[in-house]
Formats: sequence, structure tokens, C-alpha cells
Amino acid sequence: MSTAADTRTAPEPQRRRRTSLGNRLTAARALPMLPAAVLLIGFMAGPIIYSLYLAFTDSAIRGEGAADTSFVGLSNFTSALTDGDFWNSVALTLVFTVVSAVIGQNVLGVVLAMLMERANRVITFLVTSIVIAAWILPEVVAGYLLYTFFAGEGSLNLILTSIGLPGQELLFSAPIIAVSFANIWRGAAFSMLVYSAALSSVPADVYESASIDGAGPVRRFFSVTVPLLRPAIATNLMLTTLQTLSVFGLIFIMTGGGPARQSQTLPLYMYEQAFSYGQLGYGTAVALLLLLIGAVASLIYLRLLPEDDKR
Amino acid sequence: MTTTTDAPTAASPSTPSPAAPRRGRSRESGSQLASTLVMIVIGLAFLVPLVWVVLASFDTEASLAVAWPETWSLGNFQAIWTTETTFRPLGNSLILCGGATLLTMTAAVLCAYPMSRFRFRAKRPLLLTIIFSTGLPITAIMIPVYSLFVQVNLIDSMVGAILFLGASALPYAIFLTKGFMDGVPMEIEESAWTEGAGVLRTLWSVVMPLMRSGLAVATIFTFVSMWGNFFVPFMLLLSPEHLPAAVTLYTFSSQYGQVAYGQLAAFSIFYSLPVVVLYLFLGRSLGQGFAAAGGVKG
Repeated sequence: MSTAADTRTAPEPQRRRRTSLGNRLTAARALPMLPAAVLLIGFMAGPIIYSLYLAFTDSAIRGEGAADTSFVGLSNFTSALTDGDFWNSVALTLVFTVVSAVIGQNVLGVVLAMLMERANRVITFLVTSIVIAAWILPEVVAGYLLYTFFAGEGSLNLILTSIGLPGQELLFSAPIIAVSFANIWRGAAFSMLVYSAALSSVPADVYESASIDGAGPVRRFFSVTVPLLRPAIATNLMLTTLQTLSVFGLIFIMTGGGPARQSQTLPLYMYEQAFSYGQLGYGTAVALLLLLIGAVASLIYLRLLPEDDKR
Repeated sequence: MTTTTDAPTAASPSTPSPAAPRRGRSRESGSQLASTLVMIVIGLAFLVPLVWVVLASFDTEASLAVAWPETWSLGNFQAIWTTETTFRPLGNSLILCGGATLLTMTAAVLCAYPMSRFRFRAKRPLLLTIIFSTGLPITAIMIPVYSLFVQVNLIDSMVGAILFLGASALPYAIFLTKGFMDGVPMEIEESAWTEGAGVLRTLWSVVMPLMRSGLAVATIFTFVSMWGNFFVPFMLLLSPEHLPAAVTLYTFSSQYGQVAYGQLAAFSIFYSLPVVVLYLFLGRSLGQGFAAAGGVKG
């Protein structure tokens, strides 16, 4: 990254000018960075630091905490950790993340990326276009489309009944599964593109020598492809997990978190506590716990990276 | 690697050839056929909701299930062809996302230039901080942002929403822009320096033209992700005359979603059209460039 700058460190008398590139950064040269610094400090770092204060107060939209906010210590955290609805949301968030991101998007992404290398070109182009179209649609549109797909009188049941299978009411019987499938529909393209880029950098002769050595396709996948893709798998798992942990609009549109909190993941619980019940302090504490889950997941994935890739 | 353009049936084993290669070839075409079939099944599963929205938008009697319209009509588009339902929300989206994209890209290019061109000790930590903050779930900081915006009276202000949306997209935009800028050789700039051009002038007329395609990818990606953002405007904007299409689609669906399926489908198409067009315009370099930068390098 900085190699271009490093080659320039040797003093070259004929090049010595008032301003030469690759030199040390001075205050004047850093001036263009100011707008970005102001924006990031004011609108990103500021709220993060403020949330560390807010989570320890009884700040509220109305009622006692609204008029004068006071410190309440750890009580937001203790009441979250003793609230059944909070743990319900944690469990649903884990189900949602594991089913839709860790398993769904990643497995489907690898499968699609591998199929892309073998299947008919025209079909590959058409199918990847469809998958990518699902990805670039706005979140609210995706939510609405998948709501109609899973609804009682929706397309899924039309298809199921036309091939003689019983209809399902997934939005009522297993809403978390319905929204997980929706998230797979929406996010598979990202993993597909990541894995397709990673697979294209694997040289073909690796597979040839493996199959000469008598490795079958399954064996080849697990002992050649997976190790070579390990950095891509780790980073992709991390990115899809972080994206999925913070999904709000998709679930909000499809189920609103219901029925009876059965699809209320942590972002929806946080929203409900902060805005329906007006408890800003408590909502912020839940948001910090959500960030903590994301950080723990990221640390686990970082351990998956090969040593030399950690840099 | 494989001759994938052939129709799967073309390599039939009837051609006389030595046993071993023939078996290899038929196995290969068998695997191509199987791969193609699996691909088609996955594609069809992904296609159903997209087919629904297109068919339903032309069907004034649309139901929740995908169905061929009995009579094709533009009635749904006509019904939402009003300032209040369609044009004001889309205009708001354009102001919000266009303004924020302009802000993000200006700040990102200005910030990436010194980071790409000069040496400083904090460069690596700074870059790592930026990469780290691209992964920060914005959802998790919306409550403090809301609370702060209430205190400084920026709630329901278009400017406030633009500033926050712009800032939230900034880490990724800086990361992408710096990557593209690193690819621009410095020699051309140096001759501009010697001719006495200033920093901003060099950046504008030498560096930026050389990274046009990279800038296009970063700009369009920023715009597309803002266009689809629901939570930020949902939290920060309140009055109907400020709401962008993402939020009005939600209010529309919760008010009329149980009856006016066709109109909602038509509105969804209007709202999605800009990002689909931008995507077609830029082709796959958008998706691939983005996924490669974010997934493999990050």
C-alpha cells in the first residue's frame, strides 16, 4: 500500500522541490482531510461516545427521564439481562444470523459461485442477473415483495398447492424462518460475488493435480477449495454477519417483529423500547449489547484467518 | 476451462474415441448439465417475487400471488401518478441521496488524497480505523443520533439527514477512493506541481480524470446504498413533505397494503427504477468491484 511512497524516501537532489510527493504529511498538506474529519467526528464518533453516556441514564422521550435525565448506573443493563423479551430477541437474532447469513447466504454464495464456473454461460448470466437484481432492490421493496411471497394467499402457497403440497402460513407459524429466507434472497448476491472473485484467483492446475491424485469432487472441495478460500470465507462471514445483525427494515416491513415478538430481533426490540415505550437510555444499552455481539463475532472470524493474512 | 457454450447434449458419447477421454468428457458434460439445472432451479426461486411485482403493477385486480393479469392496464401507474404519492417522495429521495452522495464523495476524495500521497506515522492506524468503521452497524447508533438531533434541533431537517447519511457512508467511500487513487501514478502529478499548480487544482484536473471509472463505482455505490436506506430517514425525518420514497412506501403499505397491491407494486417499480438503471449502466463492475474491494481486500 505504501510501497510507492517508500521508494521515494531516498533523497534525489535533482527532484528536490518545494513540494514533492511522497513526503511527510504537514499540517497544510493535511488540510483537505478536514471536511471528512469534521463529518466523522461530529456524526459518527460523537454519537458513539454519546451512546456510552446515554446507556447509563434514564433518558426518555416522555415522563420522568425526559424532564431531567439522571444517572442510573448499570440498571439499564441489569434490567435488559433480566428481561425475558430481551433474551427472546437475542435468541431470534442468533437464529436469524446463523440461518440467513452464516449458513444461507454463505452456502448459497459458494454454491452459486461454483455453479457459475460450470453451468451454461447464457443460463449463468441470466441467473446471476436475477440474483443481483434481488440484491440491489431497496430494502423496503425487498421486504414488501417477500411479504407478498410468503403471505397466506401469496405466491409460495400458490406454488405449493399447485404441486399438491399443503399450504404454509410461515409469516404466522415461523416468522423468523420467513424473514431469514427473505434475507437470504436479498443477500446471496453479495456472497456470490465475493466467492466468485476468490474462486477465479484459484489456479486450475491445483484441481487437476488433486484429481490426478485421485481426489473426488467432495474431497477436492473440502481439501483444496475451502483452504484456498479461507481468507475470503472469514471476511465474508464477518461482513455478512455484521450486515445481518443490523437488519431492520426488511423485518419491520414483513412482520413488524410479530406476531407476538416471534420475529423481533434485537434491532426491532431496541426500536420498540426506545420509541414505542420512549426509553432512550434503555434502548441505547440494548444497542451497545448488539454492538458487543457483533464485536465478539468479528473476533471469532478473525481467528479463522490464516496467520500471514492478519498483517 | 470447459467449453461451456456448447449445449449440454452436444457432447454425446456416440462419437468414436478412446474410452478414457470419452468417459471424462461425458462426465464433464454431465456435470455441466447438472450445474445448469441447479442454476435454473435457484434462478426460478429468486425470480418469483420479481415476476410478481412486474405482473401486479399492470394488473388493477392484483392479488398477493403471482398471476397473469386478465387485462393489462396502466391503471395502477395512473393512480399513483400524483405529486403527493410519487413525485414528492421521489424528489425528496433525490435531494436526500443526491446531496449526501455529493457530500460524501467530495469529503472522501479530499481525504483520500493526502492519505494516498504523503507519509505519516498514523497512516496505518487511521486506515484500520476507517476499515473498522465500515463494519459498524449504523442501526446500533441511531438512538443516540436521534437524541442528539433532538437537542440541536436537527430532527426533521433535510440538511441534518443529509449530513448524517453523508457521514455514515464516508468510511467506505474513503476506503474505496483511496484504493483507486493509489493506482494513479504520481509522475504526471509531479510535472503539474513543477508547473506551479496547487493541490486542489492538481487533484481536480490531473488525478480525478485518471480515476474516473473508480470514482464512478464509488459514487454509484454510495448513491445506491443510500437510495435503499430506510432506517436513517425513518428516524430523522418526520413531516410528510420531507419523507423520501423508502419511508412513504412503508407508510403506504401499512395504510393501503392490504388492498392496493397493484398500486404498491407500481410504486415499488418507480422507486426501484433509478438503482436498476444505474446498475445496468455500470454493469457488473459495480457489484464485482465492490465485492472484491470489500470482501477480499478488507
